[in-house]
Amino acid sequence: MEYHLQTPLKLEDIEKLNAGDIVYISGEILTARDEAHARILEMEEKGEKLPFSLAGAVIYHCGPLMQQTESGWKVVSAGPTTSGRMSKMTPLLLKAHEVRAIIGKGGMKGVADALKNRCVYLAYTGGCAALAAELIKEVKTVHWLDLGMPEAIWVLRVEKFGPLIVGIDAKGKDIFAEVREKAEKVFEGMKKV
Amino acid sequence: MSSKINRDTFIRSIADLLRKAEIELPYDVVDALRKAEAREENQVAKSQLQAILRNIELAKNHGVPMCQDTGIMIFFAELGTEFQSGFDLEAAIREAVTLSTREIPLRPNAVDPLTRKNSGNNTGAGIPDIHWKLVPGKQLKITVAPKGAGSENMSALRMLNPTETGSIKNFVLETVVNAGGMPCPPLTLGVGIGGSFDKAARLAKEALLEPLDSPMNDFEKEILDAVNALGIGCMGLGGSTTALAVHVKTAHCHTASLPVAVNIQCWANRHASIVFGEEE
Repeated sequence: MEYHLQTPLKLEDIEKLNAGDIVYISGEILTARDEAHARILEMEEKGEKLPFSLAGAVIYHCGPLMQQTESGWKVVSAGPTTSGRMSKMTPLLLKAHEVRAIIGKGGMKGVADALKNRCVYLAYTGGCAALAAELIKEVKTVHWLDLGMPEAIWVLRVEKFGPLIVGIDAKGKDIFAEVREKAEKVFEGMKKV
Repeated sequence: MSSKINRDTFIRSIADLLRKAEIELPYDVVDALRKAEAREENQVAKSQLQAILRNIELAKNHGVPMCQDTGIMIFFAELGTEFQSGFDLEAAIREAVTLSTREIPLRPNAVDPLTRKNSGNNTGAGIPDIHWKLVPGKQLKITVAPKGAGSENMSALRMLNPTETGSIKNFVLETVVNAGGMPCPPLTLGVGIGGSFDKAARLAKEALLEPLDSPMNDFEKEILDAVNALGIGCMGLGGSTTALAVHVKTAHCHTASLPVAVNIQCWANRHASIVFGEEE
């Protein structure tokens, strides 16, 4: 199935998605990678308020290459980064905030349970930075630029951002885990020959 | 005609070479990706391959890097013994990297390995990595291969037992299984066998530069078929093409050792070459 979703995402928007579906997102997405995740959790622990809302939010694992022009920030290139590095922090993040979709590449081990009935993981084609830049229509604002350009939180307005593949749905089905298990099984079979 | 080249022209040419490598894939790589898309029956994998092909077109048409990980710069230089430059070639290459970082622009990726401090211009201690090979003749051939971290991080080297030649294929497969979707398949696999600890790794990296349409021998084909039978597919989402090609390079090694290196390359098998100097 193919779905076109508009942010902010509601729970019913993502509950209907099944692993393997194709999704396009329009609206607002926020980039966040290692350092931004760490800071969100740190502020959570201290009980501090975030300078942005994560209610119904879409988080994009991305360290973009931006260029400052006279009319503001311009996206040069903004493909997804390896989501695996955020696997440990993500369950904590989801406990505290109603993030409804995470976009990244390569999948996330051990987060399917934390995503259940809350959030989906959407896989965006790794390396497709020129395509992503084409679909990002505006850099709305940036938070925490002190973390460095790739680690800052960039708020982006996107149109038909995709194709995104539902890699882990909100029912616990994880394509990456299934493919990995199958590959391991095939490999075991080959070793026996 | 003097075979000497002008330093500024040289720097400009290297910067242009870098730009070409970042925005345009070699024809053989694009062709291999197109063929993979055409034969793919898994609809998810097909959509991913289509996104890659669209991305390649957009990068070329807009003159922007195809991937935000613009890599670290690895140069392979074949220097003719009769080629004369009259200036420090390495320093000029470094200058070209700094210039490209600013003007393309490239993401500054080079950091100190321990303090993690970013140099801001893609140069640093030992980087760009330049490999020199002396060859007969009056020419200088330079190839640049920007290498991203996603695929490099999934590469592996193992010192096998000399009697374990039968385990080489399994080591390659194990490396690919462990990598899963993380190195952005469809991959190119460079395998270096023999030499020494470091030579095997160098051979593996050089093997990545082989044209993807160059014929594979039976051993390479056997590994490629096994890799694709794993079903990891484009981006680890399943599918029939996990790798586009496997190229193996070998060197004689010590009778008591068997080094094997597997260098993994993502779909963006970026590289470009230029030749300086008079024709032979």
